This record gives sequence, C-alpha cells and structure tokens, in this order.
Amino acid sequence: MTTLDLTGLATRPSQVWGAVRLVPLVRADPVDDLRLRSQLYGDATGLVEAGPRHAYISYIPHGFVATWTGDGTPAAAYGTHMSANGTSAPATMGLRFHRGMARRQAKDRLRFLPLHLALEGYLALHFGGPSTAWEEWSQRAIRQGLSPRVEEAYVGAEVRGLAEALRIFEIHPGQCGVLVYVADALAAAFVVPHPDDYRALHPTLLQDLYGELIHHYATLMPPVPDFRARIPDERVRSLADLRGAVAEQEHAWTHFHDSAMAAGLLDHEYAWQTVHRLGRFTLSRFLPPFRPKEENHIGEAITDDRGRIAYLKTFRLSENQVRRGHLLSRLAANDWHLAHTAADLGVDEAQLGLRLESAGFASLLRQDVLDGYRKQARNRGVSRG
Amino acid sequence: MDSYGDVVAAEDVLLFVNAAITSTGQREFHTDAGEQRLSLDFLHAYMLGNYRDLYAGILALDINDHNAALVIRRLLETTGEATADQRRSEGRLIACRLATLPPQRVYRLFGALGRAGVNNRRTRAIMRDWLSARPDLAFDAVKYRSGLKRALRHAHLAPGRAHLTPAGEELGAFLFAPLSRPRYTTPLFETWRRAHYEKAALYELPYTAAEGFAAKHGIARDVFLERIAPRMTRLETLRVQEAARRRGTTAVPADLTRMPLTRLATYVLSLPVEDRLRRRTELTHALESAADRVAGAHRGSWGKVTAVLDDSFSASGSGQKRRRPLAVALACHYLLAALASDYTALWTSGRTDALLGHPYGPTPLGRRVLDALGTSPSRLLIVSDGWDNAPPGLAAEVLRVWRVRLDPRRGTSIVHLNPVYDAADFDVRRLSPSVPTAGIRDAEDLPALVEVAQFAEGRTGLAELTAYMYARAARMLSEHHREQPR
Repeated sequence: MTTLDLTGLATRPSQVWGAVRLVPLVRADPVDDLRLRSQLYGDATGLVEAGPRHAYISYIPHGFVATWTGDGTPAAAYGTHMSANGTSAPATMGLRFHRGMARRQAKDRLRFLPLHLALEGYLALHFGGPSTAWEEWSQRAIRQGLSPRVEEAYVGAEVRGLAEALRIFEIHPGQCGVLVYVADALAAAFVVPHPDDYRALHPTLLQDLYGELIHHYATLMPPVPDFRARIPDERVRSLADLRGAVAEQEHAWTHFHDSAMAAGLLDHEYAWQTVHRLGRFTLSRFLPPFRPKEENHIGEAITDDRGRIAYLKTFRLSENQVRRGHLLSRLAANDWHLAHTAADLGVDEAQLGLRLESAGFASLLRQDVLDGYRKQARNRGVSRG
Repeated sequence: MDSYGDVVAAEDVLLFVNAAITSTGQREFHTDAGEQRLSLDFLHAYMLGNYRDLYAGILALDINDHNAALVIRRLLETTGEATADQRRSEGRLIACRLATLPPQRVYRLFGALGRAGVNNRRTRAIMRDWLSARPDLAFDAVKYRSGLKRALRHAHLAPGRAHLTPAGEELGAFLFAPLSRPRYTTPLFETWRRAHYEKAALYELPYTAAEGFAAKHGIARDVFLERIAPRMTRLETLRVQEAARRRGTTAVPADLTRMPLTRLATYVLSLPVEDRLRRRTELTHALESAADRVAGAHRGSWGKVTAVLDDSFSASGSGQKRRRPLAVALACHYLLAALASDYTALWTSGRTDALLGHPYGPTPLGRRVLDALGTSPSRLLIVSDGWDNAPPGLAAEVLRVWRVRLDPRRGTSIVHLNPVYDAADFDVRRLSPSVPTAGIRDAEDLPALVEVAQFAEGRTGLAELTAYMYARAARMLSEHHREQPR
C-alpha cells in the first residue's frame, strides 16, 4: 500500500463560503468497532447519540488535550492512540501552560494542543525522534516563543472565512469526513470512522493548524465559484430523461473532484510506517515524497484489515517544511552521513551544513563543525570577491 | 408596452416588498444583524428617494411590523419633501397601519422619532390621533409607562386635555409625578400604587408590569406565574409555557387551538421530540385547526398541490430567529394540506413525519423538485431559503428544463416562497429566473403571496402592479374606516 485509498467514502457536492470549499465524504456503512474515546465527547454529548455500544476499539487523535492523568493537569496526546479497553492512558506530553492560556481553556471542551507544536512534533515523530527531545524543544518554545526561523502556521480561527464556512456547513447524513480547500488548494483531509465522531469533531477543524500558504490564500483570494449543475436540455424529452441527466450531474462532480481536485493528495506515493496494530486496525504514519514546489501532505491514518481508511488526518506542509523534510529524508537515506548526502545533493559538505543551519537544524551539528563550515563559506566569499 | 424605466420600477418594488416581508434586521443563518440592517437601510433610502408614492403604498401590503415602522419613520422624517396630495394619502395610510401595529412597536417608533428629532406638525397630529384612539390609556400608562411618557412629551400633549380623557386628569400626575398623590381614583393606577406595598395587588396588573413588582417583593417565580396567569396575553402564555412547565407549574394554560399558525409551529419545533410524540394528537389538532382558520372559505379549493419543504440545517435560522425558516415551512405544510384537495409534502431530508422535523443535513433541492414534478401536481410550492447545495444549482436547472422542454404551456404553476432575506443580494435568494420567488414571513400570508408572486414572473408590468397596490390600499382604508365606530 503506497497511495491513500479512500474506498468506501463517497464524495458529495461541495459547499462554498468565500474562498473556502468544504467537500464532504460520506460512508455508506460506518465503521462501528473503532470509535472516538467516549470521554472525549465532552460537551458534544448532547449532539451525539450516546447509545449502548458493543465492544469497540477507541482512538484518540494526535494533539488532543485532555485530562488523562490522575492529578488533573491537562496533557496532549502524543501521536494518535488506539486502545482496546478504552481506559489506558495514551503517551502524553505534559503541558505547562501560562496562566492566561490555561484560563482560556474551557473545562470539558474538545481542544487541541497549540498546533504549531503538534506539527513540529509530527515531523519529529515521523523521523523517529524521541518524544523527550521534542518535549524539551516545545517547552522551550512555550517559554520563549517560537524562534523567528520557524515558519509561521495559523490556527484555523485565523484563516479568514473558515470559521464561518464551518458554522454554516450542512453536515450530510452519514458524513464521516471532509476535505478542506482554500482557494481550491487542498489544505487538509480529515476522516473518522463514524458519523457521530464526525459531528463531535467537526468544530475542531477550526483549532487545527494551517500553513502560511493557506492563510495567504484565504486572505487574498477572491471567493471561489460554485460548480453549478448544468443540464443540456435538448436531449430531455420526458421526466425520466431529466432524472437521468440529474444523476449524471451528480456523478460528474464526484468524478471531477476525485480525479482533479484531490489529485495532489491521492496520487502521490507515500512512505508508510506502521506504529501500532490492534485487532483488525493498523495505525500508521505516512510521509510524502518531499518534492519541493509540489503539494505535500503528511499525516496519520488508521486502516482496517482490507486496507481501507478508517481514520485520517493530514496537514499540508509549507514550502519551508517540505525543504526541511527533503533535507532530513536525504540525510536519513544516506545514513546521516554528511559527505555522502552532500554528494547526493550535488553540493559540498560546507554548503550542506549551512543549509541545515538555515533550515533550523543547527542543533544537529556540533558547534565546532558548524564554525568550520562558516569559515569555509567566508573564505570562499573573500576569494571570489 | 411598458418602457424600460417601468420594468425597472416594477422590479425594484417587488424586490423591496420581498425584503420588507422577510427581513427583521435580525441575525440570519448566513448573515449577521449588522449586514441585514445595513442592506435594509439602503433599500429603504433607495425606495424613498425614487418611488415615494409606491413606498408609502407598500404599507398596505403584508410587510412585517419592523419594516412598517421603518417606512412610517422615513415618511415622517421627510415630510418636507412631499406634496400636499402625497401628505394626505400618506397620512391616511400611516394612520391605518399604526392602528394594526402592536402598541409596543408604536411606542418604540415614537421613541425613535423623538430621538431623531422629528417633530413636524404632521408627526404630532399622527401621534395625537393614535393616542386618542387607544381604548384604555390608563392601561397603556401602566404597561408602556416610559413609552407613553416620551410620546406625550415629544408631541406636546397635555394629558389633561379633552382628547386624552379616557384616563382622566390623573394621567398626567401618574406619569410625571407618580408618588405625589396619596391615592388615585382610576382603579388601575390605584392598584399600581398599592402594588408597591402589597403583594396581592400586583396580580391585577398586566404581566410585564407585575414582573417587576414580583422581583421587588422577592416572590418565587412559580408562585408568581401561577397567580398571574389570568392576566397574561395569548402570546405571553405561549412564550412562558415551557419555562413554567420546567418549574413544575402547570397553571399557565395556553389554549393551543386559538394560537396563530406560525407561532404555533415555532412552539411545536421548540419542544423535544419525546414531548412531540407524547402530545402528538393535541399538537396535530392545534396545527390543523389553526390552518383551517387561515384557509377559511378557500378550504380544499387548490386542487392537487405538491410542496417541497426545506428542513436542511440552514432552516435552523439564528439565535435571534430560532428555527424560523423551518417553522414557516411547517406552518405552510399544514396550511397547504387544508387548502389542497390532494396534497403531497416532500421534505428535503426525506423525512415523512412533519411533526418530528428538525433542521439537519444538506439541501438536495434539485432531487426533491424532480420528485415533486413526478407527482404531476397542478400547483408546486417550494418553501426554502434558496441555498441549494447538493449539488448547487441543480434545482434551477431542473426548473428551467421543466419549463423549457417539458411544460412550455405552464400547466403547472410553480412558486418559490423564501423566508430568508439575503442581505448581499438585496432580495430573497431566487432559485431560477423561470420561477417566481416571493418572500414570506408568516404562513398565514401564503395565499396573498402566491397572488403577488405572479408579478415577479416579469410578465406583468408596472401599471398592473400599481393598480394592485392601490386596490390593496383602498381595501385597507375601507376596512379601517369600518372599524372606527367601534
């Protein structure tokens, strides 16, 4: 399995508000044996049928902040988590919020970790970085703010029109997922196993992270047009003909969307890494090919025994992140050997070192080595001048 | 043949009528209150500037109270621009419309005129006439105390003068120096005075005035509701019905069979589904008898009718207009069932039990319209906010192809009724140019609106439209004069 397989999820007509287009994904038969951990429904329980459930495996999305521990401090789920009995605590990352920040959090709300941290965590996770290192990094970021080198990312609430688009979105019966487009660039894909989970999590799309590109598009681009249905009337002679033409229109949209609009997500080959197997479900993470200047999505997915997606969450990487990912993947492919990697990329070692530094990976390099690279670069500048 | 200008004028008037029927300056599902008000204000200014006569004439149509008050206010503000003839006809229309407005609206309008500094002779005369026609000014003085006070002060009316006699010479003292007298001879004033000291007295006051005294005396809410029940108006009982029930008081009896249809539909939709199931016979009976009363003599005269009713998520309205679009659809459903001899209802969600409806899901209007045309009705009514989104524009295409290819002789009359004003377009949202769209606020107006909708098809010109409006105005004026002697 290398590409994403959305079999079982049918595309329905998009709903447009300003530059935001939301494309609903509907499941004919929902997955019943994988459900959102019940305590996460929080104050959304009123919305959702909380009927008796039979044995099921529960999951917790990555970055989900809740009170997992006995002492009542909030913590973020580190990586999506599956469990069979529904009680075991996930691997978490403790969060020490500023006082102001903590106060803003409502008690039983569905909420996500400040997501710029989550995304960095994602990158670290995908490259097998230890969670302790990430924690150390993120605590520093919380204390001191992000260093200016880190590219900006925006909470959904800051993406213009997204809040409104999500509010007025009419959730389809049986809807289990959504594709978020801003100015017709795919920003995120989100799929859950069951419609009830979707209704509970629909507003959390607003707390998700969106890249700089998406934020710019939302601010600068004019409203996107509706794809309005059009029926060629010369063929229609009876009501049955009209009915046929209507069905054709509905099919045409689905086909167009899946083949053209979502191509950047669905056509790429991904590098998959299995994290956890439980019952018939497999939790894995996937990495894009990191081709610069193309659409690259990173994400987590839970698939069932037939390889169908039960849970999916993707982030669109920004151009900077793609470049960093590209560097890391080249390094990993060359066993983290600088000289080999430099040769692979067609540059010399010092240039690679400086590229790593400017990409924000200075801490990977020993200080004296880095200083050596800088000196080489300076000398080259002098000899050229 | 109409000139181009006439066509534009007719379009403008219809557009304004639609806006004035639907918009209340409150938040809607897609737009907020600010956008609604801004858009509506523009329309009012535009109409007043270009078609003053028609603008005044619109008072005779079924526009909502909010817009009626706005029209009156604008007309009075610009008295100086009107000719003597215009002033006379406007004055009669205004007096007529004021008589049908609820008093709290009129007092609010007077307050607004005061704040805007509109104090021309015509305004003062209109205020004087309206006040002297009030059946019981003493009651108004207690219930709308500050409103009446402001109005008297603004219109320079001395309370003791002959035309304000109903409340006697005590009115002035009551309003402007209430505690200056040891007792009043007017019974209601005396009750009001005693209510300051005596709990029992407050139960003889109107509900809203008594509420303040109850708070002052610290009376428990359920005790208060139980004893004040006989003093409540019809709509007040309906409004506190569920709140009272939650407090365990059952003594606020709302006679559901006497309630207006759309209000009743709103009430039904506010109930949880279990309650609706439990009280199904009672609620259905109430809705059906309300619809019967509206249908009146037209009962069963509409032939084979099919309705497409929108219960998508957007029918939930807004925090200010809770489930209003759905309530209108539900009320239309019962009304059409009464008007038609053979009736089919198609909800966009596919639901078949209208009483249990709630706003949910997308709006596959195209599909439903197609299903509706499949029942070969003589009339097709679509009640929807016009946000056709699954897929977008399909309903328009189905209607267009139907008109062009399958029913060019217009054997089926199709009308789209829209309960939501779209602030961005300055009109209610249309489905298709081939189908007339009319705004709707209360299902009770449905028969009249279907009549108006024919103008929106673009085949009738300004002359007919003007004639229609004059006829309506004449009817309103004559009805008003017949009521006068009582």
